[in-house]
Amino acid sequence: MDKPSDEWDLILQPKRRLFDLHLREVIRYRDLIWLFVKRDFVTQYKQTILGPLWFIINPLFSTVMYSFVFGNLAKIGTDGIPFLLFYYAGTMLWTFFTGCFNDASNIFLNNAGLFGKVYFPRLTVPISNVFSNLTKVAIQFVTLMVFYIYYLVIKAPVRPSWWSLAFPLIFVWLAVLANGMGMIISSLTTKYRDLKHLIGFALHLAMYATPVVYPLSQIPEKFAWVNYVNPVSAPIELFRIWFYGAGTVPPEMIATSLGMTAGFTVLGLVMFNQNERNYIDVV
Amino acid sequence: MSDIVIRAEHLSKMYRLGVINNGTLWKDLQTWVALKTGKEDPHSKIGEDKYSGDEDHFWALKDLNFEIKQGDRVGIIGKNGAGKSTLLKILSRITAPTEGTVKIRGKIASLLEVGTGFHGELTGRENIYLNGAILGMKKRQIDRKLDEIIDFSGIEHHIDTPVKRYSSGMYVRLAFAVAAHLDSHILIADEVLAVGDAEFQKKALGKMQDLSTGQGRTVLFVSHNMGAVRSLCNSGILLENGKLVFKAKNVNELYQKYIEDDFSSVERSKLIISNTDIKLLENSTFKFECMYIQDSSNNICNYTVSGDKEIYLTIEFSVASIDSRLAVYYRLYSQEGIDLYYSQQNDTDPEKWPVIKNGKNILKTKIPIDLLNEGRYFIELLCSIRGIVSIIPQNTVILGFVVSHNSRKSLFIKEERPGVLKPIIIWENVYRS
Repeated sequence: MDKPSDEWDLILQPKRRLFDLHLREVIRYRDLIWLFVKRDFVTQYKQTILGPLWFIINPLFSTVMYSFVFGNLAKIGTDGIPFLLFYYAGTMLWTFFTGCFNDASNIFLNNAGLFGKVYFPRLTVPISNVFSNLTKVAIQFVTLMVFYIYYLVIKAPVRPSWWSLAFPLIFVWLAVLANGMGMIISSLTTKYRDLKHLIGFALHLAMYATPVVYPLSQIPEKFAWVNYVNPVSAPIELFRIWFYGAGTVPPEMIATSLGMTAGFTVLGLVMFNQNERNYIDVV
Repeated sequence: MSDIVIRAEHLSKMYRLGVINNGTLWKDLQTWVALKTGKEDPHSKIGEDKYSGDEDHFWALKDLNFEIKQGDRVGIIGKNGAGKSTLLKILSRITAPTEGTVKIRGKIASLLEVGTGFHGELTGRENIYLNGAILGMKKRQIDRKLDEIIDFSGIEHHIDTPVKRYSSGMYVRLAFAVAAHLDSHILIADEVLAVGDAEFQKKALGKMQDLSTGQGRTVLFVSHNMGAVRSLCNSGILLENGKLVFKAKNVNELYQKYIEDDFSSVERSKLIISNTDIKLLENSTFKFECMYIQDSSNNICNYTVSGDKEIYLTIEFSVASIDSRLAVYYRLYSQEGIDLYYSQQNDTDPEKWPVIKNGKNILKTKIPIDLLNEGRYFIELLCSIRGIVSIIPQNTVILGFVVSHNSRKSLFIKEERPGVLKPIIIWENVYRS
């Protein structure tokens, strides 16, 4: 304790700067992030027979259903991409996005017990949520690659581009977007619980406004704006273009989505940051 | 060199009461827009200004100023709602102050609850890591202390079992074991000792004592258990309605103040209880009239009794028909609820028994006050026809009083000492040359 008397390690004050994210502290708590991820992974499938296999079974079943309903019955095109590859990729990315989004938007409500009793940098929770979702999607991605290689071997009409090596960017993009939006919602749901119900419903509908079960090329001209407004469209379509070489995404749509991602993230972080310190009085 | 580790300046915390918004996001947005553009809030009631009203908020803490030095073990006491928990929440960074600042030097670990973040599906070992990390330990530190933690918890055999299969006692022991092995300069604890069985509480208290005295760390401790505060802390803060009303340099001072405050809230000023104060069952054999504590010159004592006086418990009652099985007795117990003893009118050899006559009786018995430590004690009068019926039911006739040894001539008996008793016993040098 040989510091001068005006040097303090920590000063607690009513107001804080807009962007005081305690990043150094977050790094100091990296072990906690890792343990949260491990907890999420381990607890989700404890006492189940198939364990982590469920991560693959879910999207596979969806893929089968979508192939049947949208591919065979409704005869919506897939830009010539095999059904399995097309729907599996869409489902995987959409599930990843909604997973991240749901986790982020429920941060304060789900962790009220924890946040009310002990301090740790709150940002560790959304970060660990992203990693939890990444572990799930990694398993699904590996499965997709197995199918993909099979289709390449049998010479199906899929042409990978070199861009496909940049696939982690798509996941980062979706994760950042989902967390930005989720954090805004999470900060609002502490005060307005009704939002939670609305979001669940909206997310369900939003899938149909996103090129998950159809390619962008199938969208009639007069509805094209929907996918400009929807920031999730661009990354999902881009993923399929990079891997399968089929599909279209106008550069303006990419730019809009990236812009929205940045905007939501900044706003989300600010709101999260402001809310983090006093929300426990409200919940 | 400055050794102040916590300095609070004008610390205040306000909570809003009741409805804090218009209930829906849309209405709130309208209000917000209206306020921003300088218009009148469309949702406020006529004549009401929601954002400046005094009625809908209250100050859980108001203008607290204090300093805590390195190595201080500070007990924070006060009644329910005095603001103790709010203060701890601010210090442990769970909620932000509304006004004022707190400056802190060193790493803080706070234990507002044991077992925060425990997950039922995870094993004991996994939970040690998770809980430890939540409390701010690094994995490496936990690795190093793992054996110690498991050893302290005493559940080696179940450490790889999911904690959902633990008994609640095992759960608490494990949780406390993790918390007790935190590395921090400042430890904040809130009633964590109020869990587990007596044996475990003792162990936990011992550990807390170790942590504070043995390793020179600063401790802030909130508890209703004055016994725990006294044995753990060396100074204290007394809060009342969100304000700091008393700062004590030693814990005994704090204790006295706390007790006196408690009594000042009681209307009565004399140590007397009579049958008008209580409702007793009608009984033909025994009719309680009153009970009081008096000194050797037959004055009724004040609540705080000086330890150097002789005091007597006096019970007035009347008896309609003499029954040899009548037992008049009382129990003396401490503030913490520990029974010190039971005493009955015919404990002595039969020839010294008081004779109980038909009609009025006044029984007088000396209370061995010089055996007692400082503190608050209670006397509960009980009465029964031995083996047949209890005439005075439990928890009806109770007197409380405070023992103070401050007027003693010996400096040493005034010192704070642990233990329920603090007997003054004669010592002699028996060596004859």
